[in-house]
Amino acid sequence: MGFVKGFGRLSGDARGTIVFIVVALAAAYVAYGIWDFKATAVLGFMVRYSTPLALAAMCGILCERTGVINIGIEGQMLLGAFVAFFGATFAGITFGVAAAVLAGGVLGAFLALTAVTWRINQIIAGTVINILAAGITSFFYRQGRTMKGSVPEWDIPLLSDIPLLGRVLFQNGLLTYLTFVIIIVLHVLLFRTPWGLRTRAVGEHPSAADTVGVDVSRYRYLNVTIAGGLAGLAGALLSVEATGTFERGMTSGRGFLALAIMIMGRWRPTLAWAAALFFGLLNGLVNQLNFERVIDVPPQFIGMLPYVLTIIVLAVFAGRVRAPAAAGQPYTKE
Amino acid sequence: MVTDAVEAPDLLLEARAITKRFPGVVANADVSLQLHRGEILALLGENGAGKSTLVKMLFGLYKPDEGEIRIKGEPVALRSPKDAISRGIGMVHQHFQLVPVMTVAENVVLGAEPRKGSFIDQRRAAAEVRKLSERYGLAVDPEATVEDLPVGTQQRVEIIKALFRRAEILILDEPTAVLTPQETDELLAIMRELAARGVGIIFITHKLREVMAVADRVEVLRGGRVVGSAVPSQTDEAGLASMMVGRTVVLRVDKQPARPGDVRLRIQGLQVDDDRHQRAVRGVDLEVRAGEIVGVAGVQGNGQRELVEAICGMRPIRGGMVQIDGVDTTSMHAKAVNGLGVAHIPEDREKHGLVGSYSIADDLVLNRFDEEPFAHRGLRDFTAIDQQAERLVQRFDVRTPSIHTPTNSLSGGNKQKVIVARELSYDAKVVVAAQPTRGVDVGSIEFIHNQLVAERDRGAAVLVVSAELDEVLGLSDRVAVMSEGRIVAMLPIEEADRNRIGMLMAGSA
Repeated sequence: MGFVKGFGRLSGDARGTIVFIVVALAAAYVAYGIWDFKATAVLGFMVRYSTPLALAAMCGILCERTGVINIGIEGQMLLGAFVAFFGATFAGITFGVAAAVLAGGVLGAFLALTAVTWRINQIIAGTVINILAAGITSFFYRQGRTMKGSVPEWDIPLLSDIPLLGRVLFQNGLLTYLTFVIIIVLHVLLFRTPWGLRTRAVGEHPSAADTVGVDVSRYRYLNVTIAGGLAGLAGALLSVEATGTFERGMTSGRGFLALAIMIMGRWRPTLAWAAALFFGLLNGLVNQLNFERVIDVPPQFIGMLPYVLTIIVLAVFAGRVRAPAAAGQPYTKE
Repeated sequence: MVTDAVEAPDLLLEARAITKRFPGVVANADVSLQLHRGEILALLGENGAGKSTLVKMLFGLYKPDEGEIRIKGEPVALRSPKDAISRGIGMVHQHFQLVPVMTVAENVVLGAEPRKGSFIDQRRAAAEVRKLSERYGLAVDPEATVEDLPVGTQQRVEIIKALFRRAEILILDEPTAVLTPQETDELLAIMRELAARGVGIIFITHKLREVMAVADRVEVLRGGRVVGSAVPSQTDEAGLASMMVGRTVVLRVDKQPARPGDVRLRIQGLQVDDDRHQRAVRGVDLEVRAGEIVGVAGVQGNGQRELVEAICGMRPIRGGMVQIDGVDTTSMHAKAVNGLGVAHIPEDREKHGLVGSYSIADDLVLNRFDEEPFAHRGLRDFTAIDQQAERLVQRFDVRTPSIHTPTNSLSGGNKQKVIVARELSYDAKVVVAAQPTRGVDVGSIEFIHNQLVAERDRGAAVLVVSAELDEVLGLSDRVAVMSEGRIVAMLPIEEADRNRIGMLMAGSA
């Protein structure tokens, strides 16, 4: 009874989330009951595919919540992936990942410099970052290098023994767990702490924040730099953990997909995570169906899927959700 | 050694001989003022008189070039709003500094959040808001989202925000400019309550009636200097007005009785929707004749804006019809309606009246740029445009360094004069003026009113929509009262008295 009452007290959003999770889990377990191996494969794909996207979307959320549009996530991820891999080949994985976060952070700081101090059009600044990263990573690219070791996998005791979910969620690489933690922490920080309130105020109405003593430039510099680091980490996740290699242009539009996910997630970290998982699930399903020749389409069309989905998502959501009001606008004190 | 005079114990704020220069102008010259505990001090002055510059210095947004600011007798250097807030100064800006998507409580505590560990203590935030709202009679729900609140309530949130930061000195920058008459009365009552509880209030305005109603003292600014101080009970509106403008101002609109002719604007059963697709105008019948001014009085948001936009072809008409001089314009767009001789002075001058980045000359031909004599065969004639601009700038007394200056750089009053000049530069059959003097100083109000009366006497049908009841009463020959999308009364000016119209506006008569 107490449980039921507690449920009634929750907000509509929270209730909807709980109902959704329960239904989704039920569906997953039904599928698992029928085709245990295939369900595990699809859901495993979902998690692997969605995690870098979700982390990159966190970068977008943090930037836009502070009022800076970051079109350069793609570039920040790409440089992160590059630095992580080649860092790892020289000095080990820990070094590579740390260097990737740093590299992403540097590009983030550069975006902050152009957007906050120079007040350059942020779309152009982001495009510059993308071109810069594509250039650097292909110029310095060397073939035939291999990483020393790989990112440790960790099966969380007890939790990883749960059928299906344990395999899918709790037998992963460390960077994947780190992403889970980052998403939840970012959500709590944004909506429960003074930092979060101020960050959102800076992104919605900077002069309101300014007149109560919140330093708009400081918040933007700090958050956009941290966000860049997150994108760098997302790149590292892609190269070092997910594939163990680096290829030219390997992010292949994931930075832009992350923006679509951010919009679909209404600039809320956990909701964006759900959106990323949904993206991953659809891609996983289609892959599986294609693999089993249930549907038989050329692989190019399968490869198109993420981008087609992005277009659909943007068409459906973009007009209905509301971005932080000051996103993209340089702030000038009166 | 300099010895200061003994400070009165209740002196909160003092400005001594403050001077502030901007490139090319002295915004404040040798300005001094004092504010005491529990006192309401009105700063009265025309646009550009230096009121805003002065209070921005008191709030730490600008730094004075010369002079000294003292708080409770102690000289202070205010480097930022943060400094000012920590010294007990609160400011309610003309454009509210509230985050629309956040709750009242979140807005109030922003930047000074009560904490529980490293989290915001939401419960205490709401409790603090409730406590302040009860103590000072500022009714507002801490959980409400700001964007859902009416303007008057948003303003209360701003006041609570200042009080939450323990403000003892409250600066209100033209607080009534955005308020309805009812909300204005409520605000004045709140100001008295705050003052009774020891808050000192500096109140910027150019509305004389409010000064007379609420201020304990008035400082009048003109050209950056204090040109006079007064106690409202010992002066009258005319005295203050001439002090403010520097010459005698006629506050009553001077006009002959109307001689109405043919019907120029006829509206029947008009139905119009607002931006949210809700019916805003619900069956309005209205006739305006040549040679008369019909004023529409009403609390803002009762369909006046939609009515005006529908007449001018800027908003689709859902039912009924509009006729201009016998021509049905119900489904015509704005340019065609304008071509029939309907002049429109829009409510939102920045959005619908001007292109701010254009030169004054271009803005002055904005509705006729493609017609003779301003264009021949698709090419613009700059000589004709400039001549027209020179003529209008002169006739309508637009204060500008040049006709090629961007309109953006003008003061609000001068921008309004540019619009009025353009709209009254051709002999319009119908003049629709919405809030024609909003945010305009007394001297320019007088001028714009006289121009509208001149249009009437020339034979135009004039429709004036205004949230200022005094303006409607002063200008009109007949008064239509609008409430909830309907015209609830149409009174000849002789029968239109303030109280009765106020009751009708509130929908209770």
